[in-house]
Amino acid sequence: MHKTDILIVGSGIAGLISAIKAKLSGANVAIAAKGIATKSNSVMAQGGINAALGNIDADSIELHIKDTLKSAHNLADEKMVSKLCRGGIEAIEFLEKLGVPFSRIEGADTPLKSIAQRALGGASAKRACYAQDYTGLKIVHTLLDSAINLNIPIFEGLFLLKLLKNSQNEVCGGLFFNFDSGEIEPIYAGKTVIATGGFGAIYSKNTNSATSTGDGVAAIVRAGGELSNMEFVQFHPTTLKGSNILISESARGEGGYLINGKGKRFIDELSTRDIISKAIFEQLQSGERVFLDLRHIGKEKLERLMPQELKLIKQYAATDACKESVEIEPAVHYTMGGASVNENFEVKGLKGCWCIGEAANANVHGANRLGGNSLLEAASFGLLAADEVLNAAPSKIEEQKINYSLPIEKGSDNFKIYKAKNRLGKLLFDKAGIVRDEKNLLQALKEIKELNIQNLKIDDAPKHSTLLIELLELQNASLLADAIVKSALWRKETRGAHIRSDYPQESREFERDSKIEIYDII
Amino acid sequence: MKINIADKSYKIEKAVATLLEALIYIKENIEPNLGFDYGCKSGVCGACSVRVNGKEKLACSYKPKEEDTIEPLKYYPQKRDLIVDKSSQKELIKRVKAHIINYKEETLSPQDELKTQIQSDCILCSSCYSACPVIEINPQFAGPFALTKSYKYTIDNREANQKEHIDAIQNSGVWDCTLCNECTLACPQGIDPKSDIVSLRNISAKHGYTDPNFNTMNFGGGFGFDPNGGF
Repeated sequence: MHKTDILIVGSGIAGLISAIKAKLSGANVAIAAKGIATKSNSVMAQGGINAALGNIDADSIELHIKDTLKSAHNLADEKMVSKLCRGGIEAIEFLEKLGVPFSRIEGADTPLKSIAQRALGGASAKRACYAQDYTGLKIVHTLLDSAINLNIPIFEGLFLLKLLKNSQNEVCGGLFFNFDSGEIEPIYAGKTVIATGGFGAIYSKNTNSATSTGDGVAAIVRAGGELSNMEFVQFHPTTLKGSNILISESARGEGGYLINGKGKRFIDELSTRDIISKAIFEQLQSGERVFLDLRHIGKEKLERLMPQELKLIKQYAATDACKESVEIEPAVHYTMGGASVNENFEVKGLKGCWCIGEAANANVHGANRLGGNSLLEAASFGLLAADEVLNAAPSKIEEQKINYSLPIEKGSDNFKIYKAKNRLGKLLFDKAGIVRDEKNLLQALKEIKELNIQNLKIDDAPKHSTLLIELLELQNASLLADAIVKSALWRKETRGAHIRSDYPQESREFERDSKIEIYDII
Repeated sequence: MKINIADKSYKIEKAVATLLEALIYIKENIEPNLGFDYGCKSGVCGACSVRVNGKEKLACSYKPKEEDTIEPLKYYPQKRDLIVDKSSQKELIKRVKAHIINYKEETLSPQDELKTQIQSDCILCSSCYSACPVIEINPQFAGPFALTKSYKYTIDNREANQKEHIDAIQNSGVWDCTLCNECTLACPQGIDPKSDIVSLRNISAKHGYTDPNFNTMNFGGGFGFDPNGGF
């Protein structure tokens, strides 16, 4: 059994950077994660991390704030957005000093001025710092190297089941299923930070790591924390048709065109993702096919700036993007909603528990996140949250009797898990997808209930059982699916990524966050 | 199509583009308890590395063929079926000091970016490690990915303490490699650890280190011939 001052759950960029910052400040910190750090969804981020360095175009923090607020459709908190954008420069400096191999420009006179920046949708300047199109991968691996060097314990194979609370109702750690021992074990902590990522992988067509099932978000709402803006699910416009492999926004940032089957462009490619995804959806609905055309950019430039994209397109679409356009479709990419946090990143409704990265709704993305702002949020708020956590008073650690039974029963039908998982993913995509309406959402709600996922059981030895992990993830998925659909039903308007065909206008009445508490769901 | 995993043959009754799709098919239709790992499905998280007919592959990018035999990676303790315990990766990263030891403020150029661009494409899938024949004889050997990581930081202009990196890779490090090239062939990212190891030997020489095999493998003539060293 472990005890630590600060427990960070999740080992993506937010969790790692926060742990490093806390450790460098002298704190006793440990990371617990369900998988190895290099498997986190952060490694899949390609395009870049925003910071108004102005290395290519004239840029300013004020412009970055303005762009972010505009894309958020009046749902972001200006103070938090300002904090985010201001924190960007400090975050880049922190990463630069740890050795992140950013792409560079010629002739700079300071380290920060040498970092290359590219255009992404909705940005009024080239603002996304990048490392070719492997930005997330290279940040994660550099952070992991540092965390290892600093002797930060990283406990892998620990699946968060629930948050632990003391007699004052403060969070004092988490209860985990240990994949390697098959046992349930607590980790007690004075301060608990949730950095477990988003829940895009619960949709059938998504660009996320299979691990993005919102386990931390589900644990937070079960413990009485508040969730908000769960209906705001971002669709990425350009994923390979069929496989839904992500083709980064940098492809459009560097000048790529979107064309339909007639070879006609139909949208400004540098609009925000909500607008482009909807435009593509309409093309698809009208029977058109949609393609990403990179040919005019030129082979040399493509190979230098987007080696990963070329490789992915070749491997998964058997297409040479230098010579042919490639067929695409939108898929779920990011969840703007999550655990509501206050300006110190503490979860609303809980004490002693903070939330950072995609798991949180820190009111910076509102109804639609800008490309390059997710890595920024993970890094910038990861660093800032570490300071807040360090300064906060710890919860009293009270060891307790563990009362938790795993969903295992001899003779259970194991195949049911996959049937339910696939059905849930598909019904979310079809009925709570790019365009929603009341009829479909109500139907989705009914079908989620009928799947009866919370009562499913498996027949397997718990030790090293991926089947058990998948069932635990599915339980979280079903809880969050319910929250998404209920939030989408509540928001009777169209705003950003939430598009209601039965309420096609933005409404002043809904210029506020949707909120979900445990008693609203299930 | 049939594929084999641990003496068991599985019939895949569906067209699959990748081995990962075949494994998921088996799990959902035949053997739900089958153990295998994956994450990104797009070749960037390294979790799904396995051996196919004795060669390391990422399940998410390999297209399976009739009667392929799938095994877990070598040298790592097996957890269940194709899942192995890769936690020793962290010990190796620690041992070779793969991080900036003393940061110095340095303005990098596009040429500097190119020097470590390929090395930093590493996804830590451990294909190179599993393919390395030296580990079989010397389990203490740091192995390809750790040495490539070491090289990346060693030659970074932001590193003010190159010597400490070099000191850390002398024992069971750069000189134990036979330069057989298996790691380079196995890497799904096109990284060439063998060449990084050669470069690290050159840098080691600049810091006063010599190939220890010159001393131990004396072929009697007074000058050493190193059958393993071969530049």
